[in-house]
Amino acid sequence: MRRRGPKRNLGLVFYAVLYLAFLYLPVLFLPLFSFNDSAFIAFPLVGFTTKWYGQMLADSAMHTALWNSLKVGAAVALASTALGLLAAKALTRYRLPGGAAVLGFTSLPLFIPDIVLGISLLILLNTVGMQLSLISVMLGHILICAPFAITVLMSRFDGFDKSLEEASLDLGENAWTTFWRVTFPLVLPGIISSLLLTFIVSFDEFLIAYFLAGTEATLPIYIWGQLRFPYKLPVVLALGAVILVVSCVLVVLAEWMRGLGQGGKRMVGA
Amino acid sequence: MGSLATVDVIGGRYSGGLVRWLATLYRRSDAVRGYTLLSPTVLVMLAAMAAPMALLAVYSFWTQDGYVVDKTFTLARYAEVFSRDSYRELFYRSLYISSLVTVVTVLLAYPMAYFVAFHVSDRTKFVWLILLTIPFWTSYLLRVFAWKIILGYNGVINSGLMALGIIHEPLEFLLYNTTAVVVTLAHAWAAFAILPIYVSLEKIDRSLLEAAADLGDGPIRRFLRITLPLSLPGVIGAAVLIFVPTTGDYVTPTLVGGSDGVMIANVIEVQFAKIGNWPMGAALAMASMAAVGLVTLLSVQAVRLAVSRTR
Amino acid sequence: MDDAYIRIENITKRFGAVKAVDRADFGIRRGEFFSLLGPSGCGKTTLLRMIAGFEYPSEGEIYIDGAAVTDLPPNKRPSNMVFQSYAIFPHLNVADNIGYGLRRSGLSKAERNARVEEALAMIRLPDMGNRRADQLSGGQRQRVALARALVNRPKVLLLDEPLGALDKRLREAMQIELRQIQKNVGITFVFVTHDQEEALSMSDRIAVMSNGQVLQIADPRTLYDRPNCREVADFIGTMNFFEGKVIGTGGDITEIDAGIAGRLSAKNVAVELTAPGNDVLVAVRPEKIVLKTAGAAGLVGKISTSAYLGERSHLQILVPGLKDPVSVAAQTTHEHAGADVSLSWPAEAAIVLPRH
Repeated sequence: MRRRGPKRNLGLVFYAVLYLAFLYLPVLFLPLFSFNDSAFIAFPLVGFTTKWYGQMLADSAMHTALWNSLKVGAAVALASTALGLLAAKALTRYRLPGGAAVLGFTSLPLFIPDIVLGISLLILLNTVGMQLSLISVMLGHILICAPFAITVLMSRFDGFDKSLEEASLDLGENAWTTFWRVTFPLVLPGIISSLLLTFIVSFDEFLIAYFLAGTEATLPIYIWGQLRFPYKLPVVLALGAVILVVSCVLVVLAEWMRGLGQGGKRMVGA
Repeated sequence: MGSLATVDVIGGRYSGGLVRWLATLYRRSDAVRGYTLLSPTVLVMLAAMAAPMALLAVYSFWTQDGYVVDKTFTLARYAEVFSRDSYRELFYRSLYISSLVTVVTVLLAYPMAYFVAFHVSDRTKFVWLILLTIPFWTSYLLRVFAWKIILGYNGVINSGLMALGIIHEPLEFLLYNTTAVVVTLAHAWAAFAILPIYVSLEKIDRSLLEAAADLGDGPIRRFLRITLPLSLPGVIGAAVLIFVPTTGDYVTPTLVGGSDGVMIANVIEVQFAKIGNWPMGAALAMASMAAVGLVTLLSVQAVRLAVSRTR
Repeated sequence: MDDAYIRIENITKRFGAVKAVDRADFGIRRGEFFSLLGPSGCGKTTLLRMIAGFEYPSEGEIYIDGAAVTDLPPNKRPSNMVFQSYAIFPHLNVADNIGYGLRRSGLSKAERNARVEEALAMIRLPDMGNRRADQLSGGQRQRVALARALVNRPKVLLLDEPLGALDKRLREAMQIELRQIQKNVGITFVFVTHDQEEALSMSDRIAVMSNGQVLQIADPRTLYDRPNCREVADFIGTMNFFEGKVIGTGGDITEIDAGIAGRLSAKNVAVELTAPGNDVLVAVRPEKIVLKTAGAAGLVGKISTSAYLGERSHLQILVPGLKDPVSVAAQTTHEHAGADVSLSWPAEAAIVLPRH
């Protein structure tokens, strides 16, 4: 079917630009005011300064929280991507009776409010007698990140020919060496994408961490704590601006990876 | 020894041990191998989601007084949930806010998704979609915080309008009320709505529209008779994706809701943090999930019915 | 047991309630080009995959060169497969693709490279070793897939409809080439196809399958001249069928009352079909039917369509009272559509098949 060129509809273009502005503008105020030489987040702008960034860099409590978030994020990314890899391979390469139901089950965390997941995990840990700590936060995050990992990796597995793995087995490799010689190289962009996306989700996640953290705070918990001190707000803005920029870069990288080797026509999304 | 006994069950081929029989079963059956691969993930989700939710349900039938948990089965918590005026109001308000957010977000997102699906060349689509999804992945906390500073008494809007001389006193109605919650949530969930609607619009076979044009339908009729109904699954998907989690949102009502915009999650959190009445919190959580589930089901049915009537 | 190199012993494969393969039991000889032929869904690919080790039979055993392989995973079997989609590894170049299975062979690097070069020469792509997989055309990928399988010197080569994706000319060229390679290399080939012309032209023997069952196994000539049932007769080439009842047998001639089609004679009919009163089908190939002007003895009808193919024409003759037109492949004459003709054929040309 021949696709004619896109129609020009100025009204819609205008709407689209406005919409993008609506999406981005509020967030752009964060970096804007982080360079403003005033303790008040208000117009008119006073003057350019980097002192808030300086204060942020000097804040040791923030460093600890950042380090905690990085640890949790890395662990969660690895664990949920590993789980996602196993599940994606199982669901796309084997005839499983009830497979659709299992897939639905693994997507449930996306449909249950975070607060419910948080409190129910809290009850479980309390019942089992486990202490709240970064480990409990990791567990909660793995739960909500696994569905993302599964989705990304399933689409990657779907996209490459099942016979490739069979050919490898036929030519003498066993399941393990087939994985390393054939599956892994071909799924690698999906693995990287999954690692990046799950890392971001965990790094930015607040509510579940809030319920499940013990004495060690993650970065979002730290930020939450700072929000009730007005004089700390500009520093929070500086931190927020940095987090936003890094997240953007990671997301673009992740989506670029996801589209790699899929023929370029692969679109972002489901 | 039992394990060395001949297991003659499967045609005599697997004599020599239970372990060998299991190994052969593993090799023979696609389903066994597949489920073995799937098991770690399923086990983790059972442990981290199914078991905790079961415990949540159990807790909702208990009573807690101070540090003592009375484990006798009782429906008293639920009775409290349904009988107390303040709770009922809370439920209504939360459902109202979420419904409003869902409708507003979906309505605003639809033209945007339509634009990318129909009015953008294939090469630029990728760029648009990335631009639209980036906000989705950035910190939710920070995005709500951004609105807090925008809507505040001395915030961006007020100070900006005052600096321009448009107003002389800060507007008070911007923050710490239901409106602020709705605006913030609509912004936060905007990206969620775009993708499902975009995907279903993209899937529509363009030749259907060409055929309709050929048969005499103008652009508006083509939209109403073909595009809209075919994009409906995406719209419903987006709506459910937004409605369900927003009812349980905590951060937004806390930061921008004030006392006017309190939602269920705030009260649940209080039960778990300050008051320490876990059964009450559990009952509130279960009741809210049931309410949300019911409303979702009924709404989806209603929408489906309404659309099929217009054919 | 016969001289079967590959023994398929009572193999049945069930998927839920459906029998994809139903009691297949036969042998394939060493060095044979053996085809599994049938329409889609007949079970031929499933049977091939069971030989390869990708499906496990619900019942039965498979032997290759005397050894039972049923319990062996694919990587331990002495067979290699050419997949329908070719399954060329996209992240490796041609040489690495071909040499993929040699890593485990214990050969030195030099020996491996030599074998790869040899394989490249055999498939006539001598300088393409460094090419990336996505730079190959369909026909080239097909040959690389073949080389990749053969370079391991397997005892058996399994081919799953390898020529289906090629255009007609390429396909015919590859058919000749494949047959040539098989003769040179001497390996037993098991070839799956739904194209009966392909199977007839390439194979030493063919197993015709339908609905999971093996209907007949024979060399192409026998399948064409002496099919054992309606399905095989219908599947291979075109066939005319006349329903009738056996009247009686005298000497080696059997007389059959075929209603409108008249009293037909057949020679050397299988004994089990000759009981008087038996319901049978008389099958006659279009090219065996003799066309004469109306008035000569035989079945009288009108030419309804004629397809001109040069020296021969394919005609459809409508005989009043017969449900289906009779297909005749005759030398082109001046007879045209609408002309009255009479049809007859010698008794040797009639094949008698069971009605059901």
